[in-house]
Amino acid sequence: MSAIPILKQRRSQIWEKGDAPYELSCGIHSLAGSISQRACVFCGSRVVLYPIADALHVIHGPAGCAAYTWDIRGALSSGPELHRMSFTTDLQEKDVIFGGEKKLAAVLDQLIDAYQPRAAFVYATCIVGLIGDDVDAVCRRIQEKKGIAVRSVHSEGFKGTKKDGYKAACDAVFSLMDPGAAASAAGRGPFRINILGEFNIGGEAWIIREYYRMMGVDVVSVMTGDSRVADIRQAPAAALNVVQCSGAMTHLARKMEAEFGIPYIRVSYFGIEDTARALYDVAGHFGDPGVMENTRTLVRQEIQAVTDDLKAAKKALSGKKAAIYVGGAFKVFSLIKALKTLGMRVVLAGSQTGTDEDYQVLRQMCEPGTVILDDANPLELSRYCLEKEADIMIGGIKERPIAHKLGMGFCDHNHERKIPLAGFEGMANFAKEVKNTVTSPVWRFAPGLKKNTRRTP
Amino acid sequence: MLLRHTSTEIKDRSALTINPAKTCQPVGAMYASLGIHGCLPHSHGSQGCYAYHRSALTRHYKEPVMAATSAFTEGASVFGGQANLIQAIDNIFSVYDPQVIAVHTTCLSETIGDDIVQIINKAKADGRVPDNRYVIHANTPSYVGSHVTGYANMAKAMVDYFAEPVSRRKQRINLIPGFVEPSDMGEIKRLAGALGVETTMFPDTDGVLNTPLTGKYRMYPDGGVRVEALKNAGAAAGTIALGELAAGPAALALDAKCKVGCTILDLPIGLSGTDAFVDALRRMAGVNVPESVNYERGQMVDIISDMHPYFHGKRVALAGDPDQILALAAFLVSIDMHPVHIVTGTPAGKKWEKRMRKITAELPCEVNIATGGDLFLLHQWIKNHPVDLLMGNTYMKYIAKDEDIPLVRHGFPILDRVGHSYLPTVGYRGGIRLLEMILNALLDRKDRDATDIDIELVM
Repeated sequence: MSAIPILKQRRSQIWEKGDAPYELSCGIHSLAGSISQRACVFCGSRVVLYPIADALHVIHGPAGCAAYTWDIRGALSSGPELHRMSFTTDLQEKDVIFGGEKKLAAVLDQLIDAYQPRAAFVYATCIVGLIGDDVDAVCRRIQEKKGIAVRSVHSEGFKGTKKDGYKAACDAVFSLMDPGAAASAAGRGPFRINILGEFNIGGEAWIIREYYRMMGVDVVSVMTGDSRVADIRQAPAAALNVVQCSGAMTHLARKMEAEFGIPYIRVSYFGIEDTARALYDVAGHFGDPGVMENTRTLVRQEIQAVTDDLKAAKKALSGKKAAIYVGGAFKVFSLIKALKTLGMRVVLAGSQTGTDEDYQVLRQMCEPGTVILDDANPLELSRYCLEKEADIMIGGIKERPIAHKLGMGFCDHNHERKIPLAGFEGMANFAKEVKNTVTSPVWRFAPGLKKNTRRTP
Repeated sequence: MLLRHTSTEIKDRSALTINPAKTCQPVGAMYASLGIHGCLPHSHGSQGCYAYHRSALTRHYKEPVMAATSAFTEGASVFGGQANLIQAIDNIFSVYDPQVIAVHTTCLSETIGDDIVQIINKAKADGRVPDNRYVIHANTPSYVGSHVTGYANMAKAMVDYFAEPVSRRKQRINLIPGFVEPSDMGEIKRLAGALGVETTMFPDTDGVLNTPLTGKYRMYPDGGVRVEALKNAGAAAGTIALGELAAGPAALALDAKCKVGCTILDLPIGLSGTDAFVDALRRMAGVNVPESVNYERGQMVDIISDMHPYFHGKRVALAGDPDQILALAAFLVSIDMHPVHIVTGTPAGKKWEKRMRKITAELPCEVNIATGGDLFLLHQWIKNHPVDLLMGNTYMKYIAKDEDIPLVRHGFPILDRVGHSYLPTVGYRGGIRLLEMILNALLDRKDRDATDIDIELVM
């Protein structure tokens, strides 16, 4: 496998912790002709905004863009399900020639009348950017006519990377906020936060909300998991923004800091260590002894509740090797810590969108011999998984069948996970899932492993 | 109620598609490309397009799906994608070493107006295409047709680029399957083999997207039609295309280019559909149908006869690709079932609609048919006139859950079940599986709904 050639231009995006001086390029556009696992601007904005359940989401473009993003993330809602419908202008050749503005206006008109959404998002896809539809003007007109916020989200796929899509989505969310909300905060308790970058996949936002409730912290809004437009409007009433999935939402936190003076902290809810740190950081920020005491009690109880499960998993997983390839680098950090909790070693760590700063941290965290990859392709992933004899890959949908073909376990830590992996109970779920896949008897049927003794107990 | 937003009142909404029953051309082109051995599909557009297509195909086939992208930036969108594509061709051959790069366009590159032929020629002239390596292309604007059109266009590109006209014909017969599963392609080949006919199938994803676990990751699995075989397609005795919309254009192109006569049939789904295929093959190749094939056929008829009371008069809502649901509807009617609501998202045309009308003309009830329709419309029809069974892709599960109607998964995509890659629904054996799926759905429902008094042990 080591015969797999690596593009000269890609060499700077791969680094193995060892003697060589550290140097890793990232944040660069994928090479033409590369098989990247990355997506586009539209993907970024769609995943951030999609969980807003009482808003209308209209894909202005060909049906494909709508079909591929139709309910693919299990972002759960406790109320409306409007976000799970797929609405599109389904642009045809004549629209490309004559423009799609009229069609868009008609669609918005009809949908807003029919569903009375609290806000509407219009995603402008590649083709819309090219034919020059004035989406902003259409949105303004409809907003005036219907009296609800109608936002154009510039998601033209070629206008950058997924990160630019996050940014466009953050701007759209920001524009919904009511600057006057801060003044109306008087009626609420003093410990008010917004949860940013939590999309309620598998119901994770509900777990985290419950932690804060037990701590005595008031959650003004979650952006955007199981959220409502009215909550987002009130977001400026918070005293602190707690940002997970920093790649997607830091932009919004910074904007809110500049505009409303709300400070923010970066957290992660994956793993015991990071979840506890997140909750303590929030408690620490408010500096209230009562909240701190509640937090201590909560953390103690929650950890106690999962200790047996984690011990059992650790016993089975000790010394096993993991490869991590996920979207954001912040998640990689959490995963490394979580896997260490389970006695596992990380032999490959990579992300699609990590920044230079992220990779510096990653370098510090990893053991010697760990391969660090930015924007990897499947050949590189499979090559290093085999070379490093990984037992499990943690990644997204496109990595899953590769891992399975290699006879390795797999855990989806992207939007196709079906059970909550966040928080303390999420860690127990994660441990169970990792253990089940790594120790699955199915790998005994995998050919080629007979001569490979590392898996035999 | 996931689809609580579906209203019973059907209003005109010519501008608006809700819950589409189709997707865009490029994904179909990508699927077809994977049916060439050693081929790397290449998406000439933004990075997102190919990421979505790869994810969609991976979710359906549970297999690694490789493709490359031109990774358009804003600059490329202003000045054209020539530099990107040439660099891509260079990079792909030096790193991934495919036999063939199959380029398909996107709405982006189509609207910019990139001339792919000219770019490929330039890449060749610049020496970026090694010997015995090929770059082919199909134009697949996302705003025309659907994934079915994209599949058809890439299948046709295989003819346009490879098939060579000859004076001396061989005994071989070309088989062009429509947008069906790898398992279906395998079954069609097996049937032809049982008749003793030598065939070349293209595209052929059998052995590409239904491969075994080997402990190795292979970028180019053993399956797929060989380039040599594609070149020789022009020397075949004839072509049978299965599915007018997805396979027809390639067959006609081969006839025009190399004078290989073609028969365009419906997909061999169901008894009559398979009979037509076997008969066409028999006549074209001048062979007899062996007893083994008659035997399979007899088994299928046997199941239909054993269970026919359960099929009688069952109302079905059908959604999917035009070639599939045309053949399926004919099959359902032939076993006394009533496909009453029929939707394809693909703009399949007047001729298709007319044929569908004819197939369902004898049914003792009103039949709704939509081309270029969507699943929202289908749901509205069902709300107004309920059915006993749904047949279609995974997106139908919302309707199934809300209306509490059993669903037989068939078509593209199936995101939540397995089996389709390995077990065909074409041919007589595939027909037996199809019957089993339909019966299981209906009988499971009957058992579930039965009271303690009603429940029957023997069915």
